[in-house]
This record gives sequence, C-alpha cells and structure tokens, in this order.
Amino acid sequence: MNARVLDRSLLYSSAVILAVWVLVPFYLIAVSAFTPQPQILDYPKPLVPSSLTVATLQLFLESGGIVPSVLNSVVVASLAIVISVGLGAPAGFALARFRFRGRGTFQAVVLAAKMFPLAILAIPLAVTFLQLGIYDSLIGLAIVHAAIALPFVVLIVGGVFVAVSRELEEAAETLGSSRWGAFVRIALPPAMPGFVAAAIFTFVISWNEVFAASILTVRMRTLPAQVFASLSTSPLAFKLVAGLVMVLPAVLFFVLIRRYVTKLWGARG
Amino acid sequence: MRRRAEKLLPFTLVLPSMAFLAVLVLVPTFQVLYLSLVAEGGGDLTLENFRRMLADLSFSDALRNTLLLLIVIVPLQVALALAMALVINSRLRAHRWLQYVYMLPLAVSDLAAGIVWLAVFTERGYLNSALQSVGIIDRPALWLSFDNFAGLLTAVVIAESWRTTAIVLVILLAGLALIPRDLVETAELFGASRLRRNVLIVLPLLRPSLQSALLVRTILALPIFAVVLVLAGRNMPVLAGEAYTWYANNRNEHVAAAYAVVILGLSAVGIIAYLRAHGMREAVVER
Repeated sequence: MNARVLDRSLLYSSAVILAVWVLVPFYLIAVSAFTPQPQILDYPKPLVPSSLTVATLQLFLESGGIVPSVLNSVVVASLAIVISVGLGAPAGFALARFRFRGRGTFQAVVLAAKMFPLAILAIPLAVTFLQLGIYDSLIGLAIVHAAIALPFVVLIVGGVFVAVSRELEEAAETLGSSRWGAFVRIALPPAMPGFVAAAIFTFVISWNEVFAASILTVRMRTLPAQVFASLSTSPLAFKLVAGLVMVLPAVLFFVLIRRYVTKLWGARG
Repeated sequence: MRRRAEKLLPFTLVLPSMAFLAVLVLVPTFQVLYLSLVAEGGGDLTLENFRRMLADLSFSDALRNTLLLLIVIVPLQVALALAMALVINSRLRAHRWLQYVYMLPLAVSDLAAGIVWLAVFTERGYLNSALQSVGIIDRPALWLSFDNFAGLLTAVVIAESWRTTAIVLVILLAGLALIPRDLVETAELFGASRLRRNVLIVLPLLRPSLQSALLVRTILALPIFAVVLVLAGRNMPVLAGEAYTWYANNRNEHVAAAYAVVILGLSAVGIIAYLRAHGMREAVVER
C-alpha cells in the first residue's frame, strides 16, 4: 500500500512539475508585456506585478512599421494557405484513396521535405526572386511558406480522408450520383475539419517563420522579420510586448487544432 | 476512356505537389550549390567562397556552437519528453489535457521563444529576481554577457528545449501507442512496480521511437537561428546566423550560400540516415 501511495505521488508531482515548466514562461511573457514600462527594470522583479497596463502594447502597435508588418504577416499566411492547401489537399486525398505507382516515392518525398530546412533555401531563392521581380513581395514569401507547410497539409488532409469510408461514396455513385457529386456530397463534408486544420497549421507556420522572411523581404516585412530586424535597437519592453503579440495568435490557433498535431510526427500502425 | 482517366487520377492529384516541391526545393538546392561555387559576378567554378568561409573567424565557432547545442539539447529533450510521455501514458484522469499542455510550446516560433526566455535571463529578469529573493546571489548575475559562454549556452539550451521538446513527445506518444497494453497490464497484475514496468517492458519496446526522435530532432536542430540571436546576439555564432549575416550584412550571397550548403548537406545526411534506419516506418498517410 505504501509503495502505491509513493508511486502515485511521484507520478502526480512529475505531471505537475512538467506542466509548470511548460506554462510558467507563458505567464512570465504575458505579465512582462503588461507591466508598466518604468517597472520593467524593477529589481528584484515580483512574480505578481503591482499594476498592469496596456500602454506599452499600445505604444508598440503605434510605433513605425508594426501594424503594416502584422497586415503583411496575415496576407502572406493567407496566400500560403491558398497555395499549400490547394496543392497539398489533392495529394493527401490521393495518398489516402489510391494505390498507384510512385506512391511510396511520394511518401518519402513528403517525409524528407518535412525535415529538410527549407527556409535556408531562401538564400538562392532571393537571387531567383530578384530576377523574377518577386523579391521583397508578399507572394514570393508566401510561396516559400507554402512549400514549408505543404508536407504537413498532405499529412493532415490524407489523415482525415483515410477515415472517410469509400463505400458510402460508391453507394451514392450506384444510386446515380456522378463521381464528382458523390465526392462533394459524401466524402468532402466529413473531411472539412481536416482542411480547416491544415489551413490553420499553415497559418501558424507562416506567422512564425523568420529566416526566409528576413532574407526575402526588405520593405514588405512580416511581423517576425520586423521584430528580428529591430532586435538590437528596440528597448527591452518593446521586445517583450513583441514576444507576446507573436505568441498569442499562434497559441490560440494551435489550441484549435491540437487533436491533429499529435498525428504529424511519429510512427503509426 | 473513363477507365483511363480513372487510372491517371492519382497522378493528376499528386503531380502539382510534386512539381511545386521540385521547383521550390530541388531547383534552389542545385542553385545554392552553384552560387557557392562561383565567384561574385559569375565566372568559372571556384572554391574561393568555401575558402573565405573557412578563413572567417566565426566559421569554426559557428560549426562548433551549432553541434554543441545539438549535442546538449537533443538528449535533454528526449529525457524530458520521455518523462512527459510516461506521465501521459499512465492514464491519469487529466492525461489528454496534460498532453495538450505539454504540446503548447510547439506553437511558439524560435524568435518568440528567445524573447520569452529573455524575460527570464535578462539582467533584471525573473531568474535573477528569484535567485536574489532566496539569497543565492546578492546582485544580478550577467547570464547573457558576451564573456559568459556557459550562461549563454544555458539560456539557449533551456529556451530551445522548452520550445521543441513537444516534437519528441509526439513521436514517443505514437511509439507508446504501438505497445500492447495487455503486456504492461499483465506485468502490473504480477506486481511489477511502475518503475520496473517502464524499464523492463516499455523502454525496450520504445527503442525504435527513441532512435527516430533523436535523429529527427538532430536534423531539425541544425538550422537553429533566431533563438540564439535573441539571447546571445553574435556572441554565440551559429551556422544559420552566419549565413544570414553574410547575406544581409556583408551582402555576399556566395559565402552565405557556402554556409547554406553546410547546413543543407548536414541535414541531407541526417535525412538519408533516417530513411535508411526507419524507412517508411513513419508512414506518412497509411490506409
């Protein structure tokens, strides 16, 4: 009995310690961002601040280049969603539905692309983009972000179509529905959450990406590129606010698609 | 006619993705090789850019730091993720929620993670505040000073471990799901403690996943960039940081390309090793 109590308390305390390790930094960045600017240099800093304010956040958002960079981020992410879901979703469907020659090769390509540091390729792409006239443009960056997200879109969409039964679709076809009609009416609706999840995942990837964004843009900077470019010149209070502004949307969206994320890495079956 | 279209359908569906990846991965990969092998302004193939990279004072530091970070961070993450995975796998009442909580930092970018931990490690940050209030130090310690390599290393290791341990966790959870539960339950029935069950049954069966997680995280750690630049600036050069500096500050895409070739080459070696060791075990879309 004693051993069991010990075992339980060990288990629970590990669970709590690990959760604290994960969650406390989120708390600290949030508190830092809302601490009045003079108090940010208080020392020793209290774990619970005496007062909170949105003044620093307001100042940050009003400072040059921030709002445009947020808009750029949203536009780049939206374009990246259109491209990566538009191209990746059909491929995911094909992997889920058909056995075809080259299926294994394509799976290997997707697996390799998932791990390959695509953002580093921004260096040669910058040269090409200059020639094509899409250097320092939102669409140029969106294309790169779409490529980074594509393997994950294939995975998520493929994963949901695997779960959609082919038989129902076939039944609809024998009852006179066209192939396309059966797909749209029977297979697509249950797979919709997968499309949404793939879009959100692409958004988070694009919203977070900094290396390619910093290489490929100069005036059309996204938020991370803007924050990164002004790292050495911006005061600590601004950096902390920028941290929260970058973290918050990503975390909120991530919570929405938490069930899908568990399926993006690791062996199955 | 209809049957032929039917046969071609999967190819039609996959082709756009393949073409897109070819244009955005294969072409630039050859191009970066070419860029690194020609001098500024074009001309004959030369090793001059690699010579300049090797002669660069920061190169050996950057290579050493990147590998050092990887060697420290990856095993630490696997240990942390293993603890998380075993806690989740013990099916506590809240185990689903715990899993989502543990995965949360995965949403944070490397840049933002650096800033989050800057709040902790900066001179008047939370770490010094905590240490001072319990009396371990009597004035702020300079964790992120240029002459405190151990401090810089600690900060980057902690920030990056915090952010990306969840990838390892996801891989290990997938591996744990493959272990037959009745095996573990039988052991429990015969009175084996949790420690014995984990050490004697779960860990050996989890070995392929542990290996896979080690390799995947190693590959993903090679382009480590913004988290280092936020916390250490260029006091701790890393490969991707130097590639960026050569491109953006020194305006020399050829030496930048040489750095990129090093990063991409190391990643390619890692990916090939992964595919050879694990093949398609990590099935991408399995029916």
